[in-house]
Amino acid sequence: MSLLKEEVEKIAHLARISLNEQDIPAYTRNLSDIFAFVEQMNNVDTADIIPMAHPLDATARLRADIVSETNQRDHFQSIAPQVEAGLYLVPKVIE
Amino acid sequence: MHNKTLVELSKALQKGEYSSVELTHHFLDRIKKYDVNINSFITVTDDEALTAAKAADQIIANGDAGLLTGIPLAHKDIFCTHGVKTSCGSKMLDNFIAPYNATVVEKCQAAGMVMLGKTNMDEFAMGSSNETSFYGPVKNPWDIETVPGGSSGGSAAAVAARLAPIATGTDTGGSIRQPAALCGITGLKPTYGRVSRYGMIAFASSLDQAGPMGRSAEDVAHLLNVMSGFDERDSTSLDVPSDDYTANLNDNLAGLKIGLPKEYFAEGLDANVGKALESAIKEFEQAGASLHEISLPNTHLAVPIYYIIAPAECSSNLSRFDGVRFGYRCENPTDLNDLYTRSRGEGFGAEVKRRIMIGAYALSAGYYDAYYLKAQQIRRLISQDFSEAFKQVDVILGPTSPTTAFKIGEKLDDPLTMYLSDIYTIAVNMAGLPAMSIPAGLVEQRPVGLQLIGNYLKEAQLLNVAHQYQQVTDWHKTVPQNFV
Repeated sequence: MSLLKEEVEKIAHLARISLNEQDIPAYTRNLSDIFAFVEQMNNVDTADIIPMAHPLDATARLRADIVSETNQRDHFQSIAPQVEAGLYLVPKVIE
Repeated sequence: MHNKTLVELSKALQKGEYSSVELTHHFLDRIKKYDVNINSFITVTDDEALTAAKAADQIIANGDAGLLTGIPLAHKDIFCTHGVKTSCGSKMLDNFIAPYNATVVEKCQAAGMVMLGKTNMDEFAMGSSNETSFYGPVKNPWDIETVPGGSSGGSAAAVAARLAPIATGTDTGGSIRQPAALCGITGLKPTYGRVSRYGMIAFASSLDQAGPMGRSAEDVAHLLNVMSGFDERDSTSLDVPSDDYTANLNDNLAGLKIGLPKEYFAEGLDANVGKALESAIKEFEQAGASLHEISLPNTHLAVPIYYIIAPAECSSNLSRFDGVRFGYRCENPTDLNDLYTRSRGEGFGAEVKRRIMIGAYALSAGYYDAYYLKAQQIRRLISQDFSEAFKQVDVILGPTSPTTAFKIGEKLDDPLTMYLSDIYTIAVNMAGLPAMSIPAGLVEQRPVGLQLIGNYLKEAQLLNVAHQYQQVTDWHKTVPQNFV
C-alpha cells in the first residue's frame, strides 16, 4: 500500500498534528511501509472469529454511583498553561 | 553495597550494619559518578530520597520494618509521582509535575522503599532502543556505543550499572523484557491486570502492564509482592488474590515440562544467541525438566497486528495532550485549531507522531473493520496458540530478542526493522500472559536474554524456574566492567 502526500496531510489533520512541509515525504514513506507490512493480515481467514478486546475476556467493572473524589481544581490547574478564575483559557472560539 | 541482593540489604539495614540514609547516599553517589556516561535518569530526587530514607530508618528503629523498608529503587518516568516531574520521555510533559501518585508508586512508598529518581525511556514508551527519548538516548552499560533496548531502557541500564538495586518498568510489546535482555538483567511482565495501571501514563491500554526489573528472580519476586494486587481505580485490574511470589522459588524443577516453540528458533535468530540458549536449555534438562517442541503457528502475525492495535489505542489515549490543561503549549496560537495542532506537532517526537497517525488512519471512517477489528480477531488466534501449547507444557522457553544490543543509530531511520526486534515478545502482550527475561550468556561481551512465558497468573512458577536457573549459573551476577 502506498499513501499519497494528500492522504498523509489528511491523517495529520484527523490527528490534529501539524507537520513541517519538509518532513511530509519521510512520513509518507514510513507510513506506507508500515501499512504495506500490516497487509499480511489480509491473508488470514478470520471468519467467525470473535475479536479479542481483553486478554481474559473480562468486562468493564461497575461501581456504585457515589462521589469518590474531592474537588481539587486549584491543585490540578496549578500545572495548566493558562487559567483565569478557575477556567482554562484558549484562543477565542466564537466572535 | 551495590552488588548485594535485596534480602542481603534488608538484613544489613535491620542489623544496623548501615542505615537507609547511608545506603541511599551510596546509590546517589554512584548515579552522580556514572550516569553522565549512560544517561539512565531523567530526574534524580536527592532531597526526597534522603527524607524518605530518614523516615525508613525511623521505622526500622521502631521495629516495624518490612522486607523492603529502606531499600532504594528507581521508577520509570511513566509513573506519576506527586510533586515530581513526570515526563514520559517527552517534550510534551517536560514541564509536567504530577499532581498525584500512581498506585505502583504509592505501594512502593507504603512498603518504605526510597525513590532515587525517574528513569529515562523511549518517548511515551514507543520504541525498542531508548533513542526516541526527548532527553537523549540511554547508553548500554556493557558497551556505551550500543542501545540498552526500550522502552524501559533507563531502568534496565540503571540496574545493570548498579545505580539502583531495583527498578520499575512497563511492557506493552516487550518494553521490560527486551531491555532486560540487552542489559543482562532480570525483568518480569506480569499477567495483564496483575499490577495496577492507575497513574501509569497510558500508551495502549489493552496491552500495558507494569512490572519489576532487578538483578535476580529473587529480587524481582520481592518487588512484585509489593507492586501487584487489585486496584479499584484501574477498570481492568484483576480482582484475584496476589500470590507470595517468593514462596515457590526453591521448588525443584523435576518433572517440569518446558515447551520450545519451533517458530522462535527459526530464521532470524542470531546464531550466537541461539548457541547461548542451547547451553541454558541443557541446564534446565539437568535440573530434571523435560523438553518438548511446540508450535505457535501465528507468531509471524504478532508484529503486524501490534502495529494496528497499539497505534489505534495510542491515538485515542494521546488525544488528551492538547495544550489546554497540562503539558506543552505552543507559543502565540492564532486560533483553537492552531493551538491543538502546533502544541502536538511541536510537543511530540517523530515516532510518537508516526504511531498516532497510523492509529488515526486505522480508526478513521470506513477503515475500522479492515484494520482494528481484523487485528483483534487475529489477536484471538495468537492467544489460542498459547492456550493449545499450555495443554502440553508448563512453561515456554525461547529467546527474548533475536540479537544482542545493536549500535545506537543503526535502526533509528528504519522503523520497520526496529519493530522486528520485538518479534518474540509482542505475542505475549497480545495474549496477556506473564513472561520474563533472564540473562543467559554473553556474546562478544553483550548479554543474551532468555525468555520464559507462563500461563495466566503463573508468575510464581516463572520466578521459580528462573531462580533455579540462577542457582546454577552466574550470568545474573556478571557486572559490566566499567561499573564494578
